[in-house]
Amino acid sequence: MKADLPVLDLEGVSRRYGAVEAVRDVSFALPQGARVALVGHNGAGKTTLMKLMLGLIRPSAGRLRVLGEDPAAGAAAARRRLGWLPENVTFNPALTGREVLRFFARLKDEPASTADALLERVGLADAARRRVGGYSKGMRQRLGIAQAMLGSPRALLLDEPTTGLDPAVRQGLYDMLGELAGGGTTVLLSSHALEELEGRVERVIIMDRGRLVADGTLAELRRLAQLPVRARLTLVGEGVPDWVGDGLAPRWLGANLLELSCPPEAKMEFLRHAAADARVTDLDLTPPTLDELYAHFLRGREGAVR
Amino acid sequence: MKGVLLMADKEIREGIRNRWVVAATLLLAALALTLAFLGAAPAGRVGAGALEVVVVSLSSLSIFLLPLIALLLSHDAIVGEAERGTLLLLLSYPLSRWQVVLGKFVGHVVILGFATLLGYGAAALALALSGQPIGSSAWQAFGAMLGSSVLLGAVFVALGILVSTLVRDRGAAAGIAVGLWLLLVLLWDMALLGVLVADAGQHLTSGAVDALLLLNPADAYRLFNLAGLADVRLLSGMAALGGGSGLAPALLLAGLAAWALLPLAAATALFARREL
Repeated sequence: MKADLPVLDLEGVSRRYGAVEAVRDVSFALPQGARVALVGHNGAGKTTLMKLMLGLIRPSAGRLRVLGEDPAAGAAAARRRLGWLPENVTFNPALTGREVLRFFARLKDEPASTADALLERVGLADAARRRVGGYSKGMRQRLGIAQAMLGSPRALLLDEPTTGLDPAVRQGLYDMLGELAGGGTTVLLSSHALEELEGRVERVIIMDRGRLVADGTLAELRRLAQLPVRARLTLVGEGVPDWVGDGLAPRWLGANLLELSCPPEAKMEFLRHAAADARVTDLDLTPPTLDELYAHFLRGREGAVR
Repeated sequence: MKGVLLMADKEIREGIRNRWVVAATLLLAALALTLAFLGAAPAGRVGAGALEVVVVSLSSLSIFLLPLIALLLSHDAIVGEAERGTLLLLLSYPLSRWQVVLGKFVGHVVILGFATLLGYGAAALALALSGQPIGSSAWQAFGAMLGSSVLLGAVFVALGILVSTLVRDRGAAAGIAVGLWLLLVLLWDMALLGVLVADAGQHLTSGAVDALLLLNPADAYRLFNLAGLADVRLLSGMAALGGGSGLAPALLLAGLAAWALLPLAAATALFARREL
């Protein structure tokens, strides 16, 4: 497979379960080494998309290629280079963590030492000889992450990877994903926790009820959404300064704290005014959060789809 | 093939960890030893060899017990993993679906075979050590009984796996497995007997009866063990049936093998086509 071919390539993919259309006409292509977040509420079709990419189910319409192959054809070579962490991952509780991971390693033609090294890497070395049945949710999740990373995957599909992880482990996971992406692995992760994706992914794909409603880098999505920047001014003296027009939607949060909602194109003009006004003793600017961005695209999905 | 062996190895490991192997072996050994020594006392008086008595009593026991153990073990094979949520992850690995089915079948048959050989073997060994005279034909009958018992177990493992691929929840799988056991092990013979009595030899030819017996793996096993060998036949009271039946031991074994292979092939085909 050539390096410039997309690792994951979907064209007009749909998937229906009886009367329910879980995925409708979704197209996107992810290049090598991309870090992409798949965002959407429950039932938006994220898990169905991943199952399609793994070849566990076949699309009702459209075409998809994973590592250049049709995943539903069941080619073992492509699956060996694919890692998947299912949502709410479970393992046979009777086996130890090490037995589980070594079994999966052998399925991918990896030596047992790789499995042991990965256990060490996700911080389960001490629990390796204990049964998975006694693991906490976070430990199971870490074992799930370890199995997804077996066999130096060229594409990693992670379904809600950070649920149940404490902040330190979460940070460690994102560091690992960064390293892998740097090495050319394409990482696609789905998430509810949008705030934590900031700075960790280059691109966000927003899904709603099976449809793709937005796809782009965070900066592009911000520009598209035209969401206002939130500004908080600490003022001395009474009253709203006269340069604050109704367009900024002033709102008092406290005796001296004024919140403004500033459209992106008016931001610089607003800053010049604020800097020139001696009554302004402090100023905080907050760009629209991913949550607001997400809410915006869900609201506006009837209008502009991509 | 490697995938099959890896799957089988995992199943055996889980069987050991879940105490399935230990429980089945101990159960079979305890029953076999009990039968061997309870059965040995009267056998001395009628002059039959001790091991022949064991073959007769153990094969009667196996007809009930081995299918039950096999179904208990295998009805969960696919649907259990699906419900626990481990199946999808397994199938995302470079492993074909037929390898999963076949690997589970091999693993369960190995567990069952191990328990049978060790459990029943313990009884034969105990008899030999206690100084009972055992002829070579008796050893032969015992060996044939062991082999066919494992085959009978394999038949019901295959049936259990087929049930497991057909249904979507474990309760249904367990229910169907119990129903299958009742039908093949208990009801079939009663129904057949009832039909034979009612018919009073008017319409049913002996060929039709043979076919009806072959259609049930438990009956094929019973005929093979109780009517197949001359000494055993006399002892088991199956002389009339065994003599009159046109079913050769090889045919009965082939029937058993077919009973194992057909459900397995069906399970593989169904599972390969199933959407998850």
